[in-house]
Amino acid sequence: MDNSAIPQNSLVSVQNLSFSRGNKKIFDDISLEFERGKITAIMGPSGTGKTTLLKLIGGQLFPAQGTITVDGNNVHRLRRTELYNLRKRMGMLFQSGALLTDMSVFDNVAFPLREHTHLPESMIRTLVLMKLQAVGLRGARKLMPNELSGGMARRIALARAIALDPMMIMYDEPFTGQDPISKGALVHLIKSLNTILGLTSIVVSHDVHETAAIADYIYVISEGKVVGQGTPKEIEQSESEWVQQFMTGAADGPAHFHYPAKDYVDDLLSTGKRY
Amino acid sequence: MRLLPCTLNLKLMTEFLQQLGQNTRTSFTKLGRGSFFLLQTLSGTLSVLIRPRLLLNQMYSVGVLSFLIITISGLFVGMVLGLQGYYVLSDFGAEETLGVMVAASLVRELGPVVSALLFAGRAGSALTAEIGLMKATEQLSGMEMMAVDPIKRIITPRFLAGFLSMPLLAALFSAIGVIGGQMVGSGLLGVDDGAYWSQMQANMDFRDDILNGVIKSIVFGFVTSWIALFEGYDAIPTSEGVSRATTRTVVNSAFSILGLDFILTVFMFGDN
Ligand SMILES: Nc1ncnc2c1ncn2[C@@H]1O[C@H](COP(=O)(O)OP(=O)(O)O)[C@@H](O)[C@H]1O
Ligand SMILES: [Mg+2]
Repeated sequence: MDNSAIPQNSLVSVQNLSFSRGNKKIFDDISLEFERGKITAIMGPSGTGKTTLLKLIGGQLFPAQGTITVDGNNVHRLRRTELYNLRKRMGMLFQSGALLTDMSVFDNVAFPLREHTHLPESMIRTLVLMKLQAVGLRGARKLMPNELSGGMARRIALARAIALDPMMIMYDEPFTGQDPISKGALVHLIKSLNTILGLTSIVVSHDVHETAAIADYIYVISEGKVVGQGTPKEIEQSESEWVQQFMTGAADGPAHFHYPAKDYVDDLLSTGKRY
Repeated sequence: MRLLPCTLNLKLMTEFLQQLGQNTRTSFTKLGRGSFFLLQTLSGTLSVLIRPRLLLNQMYSVGVLSFLIITISGLFVGMVLGLQGYYVLSDFGAEETLGVMVAASLVRELGPVVSALLFAGRAGSALTAEIGLMKATEQLSGMEMMAVDPIKRIITPRFLAGFLSMPLLAALFSAIGVIGGQMVGSGLLGVDDGAYWSQMQANMDFRDDILNGVIKSIVFGFVTSWIALFEGYDAIPTSEGVSRATTRTVVNSAFSILGLDFILTVFMFGDN
């Protein structure tokens, strides 16, 4: 395989990726690099395809064009067993947590261990308690997923994602819909797990402050293109109007508050139509 | 401009043909996806047999939890058969053969068919909703990212459980029904108890009656579990999508059960 174009210290490398859903182009020839041991953030408004990007990296979706390389493996060229072996080393935190609702917190965290290792139950117990301790929820092990708050569910899912000691974690909107205290806890967790476990993290988010606080590098994507990239400082000082609008949250700018529509007055005056 | 009747007809006809073609295409692609899904499900059989715990848990929720509805329905169907059979047979002075009539109706037809219909309503709809919701809440996707094949881990055990439970439930239904018929026939209407059982014993054939009934219920179990699991797996992952899929499971299962029953009956009992 020709890896010459991939920078040495990249764990995940996305090159010239294009992907469409129906007629809608989600990605149009974008390239991104994710450095080992760093936290790289992908930011962009809802519906730009951030979740789609993570699913492409995880090999759940196939790109129309371009390659995605994870730790030297071209994800979409791997055979099924190879892909599954690679996935064991990639953790993913889904937006909803995606906990298995028919199992307790303990069994959820134990799930990947029981599926992929032949460890005795006593060892599994020790490992699960360690992972739960790391996210601060060792005391919640007997609860069922429906008894957890949103923030707790995400932390449990995080404990499950690190159960097999992966080399990287992908976080899908970890802060969305969280109260300030949970947000703070998650920010702290993502940062400390990254340092302590030496993980590579990919954080997908549209929460500007939380992400800027922990990311080493940020990509801002919109309408299938990378519209800005750099360290949080560089992004803040970016001259791109688009990036400025996104970072400051201005209602109007290159991205419009209004969905495209015909003239307002005309629209109000054209009576007799249902819509 | 006034459309000539024949142009209008032509336009309607084209539209109709277009619609028909489109519907046929959608049905066939769905059938294709369904067959592929079935193959994948079956290919997981070995990995489930290595872990019988997965299968036993599902046998419990698919099979054991259907016990009550099957028992009660079987009892009532048997009692009604006892009554109706008695009214007809006693006109010919043949009420002694009530046991044969009740047992044959149950074992050949009502046992497999009614218990499969009840199974589709009780267990099939629950399976569809469960799988559909797992899909909607990204649990299946999450499993895939944890390098666990959701088909082997979630679908295959449920499929095998449904497929194995169905003949057992049908047998239970028939057995309880025979007792129900006896309760009404000899308990209430005065048919000789000995005649009820001995006529049944003498006239029921193992291969023709019982085995054919078991084959029917195996086929129904296979088809119902397949439909239920596929509809859940193929559901549009929204609340409306899951609710529609659940309805389709019950409707399609009922059609398949009744249609297949006719075909199987033609082949099994045709040359008698
Ligand atoms: N399963 C799907 N089928 C069709 N379109 C989809 C599907 N999932 C997502 N999309 C579309 O793809 C686009 C990107 O979705 P997504 O990756 O979820 O965005 P984000 O995570 O950035 O909010 C959206 O416009 C969405 O409507
Ligand atoms: Mg998303």
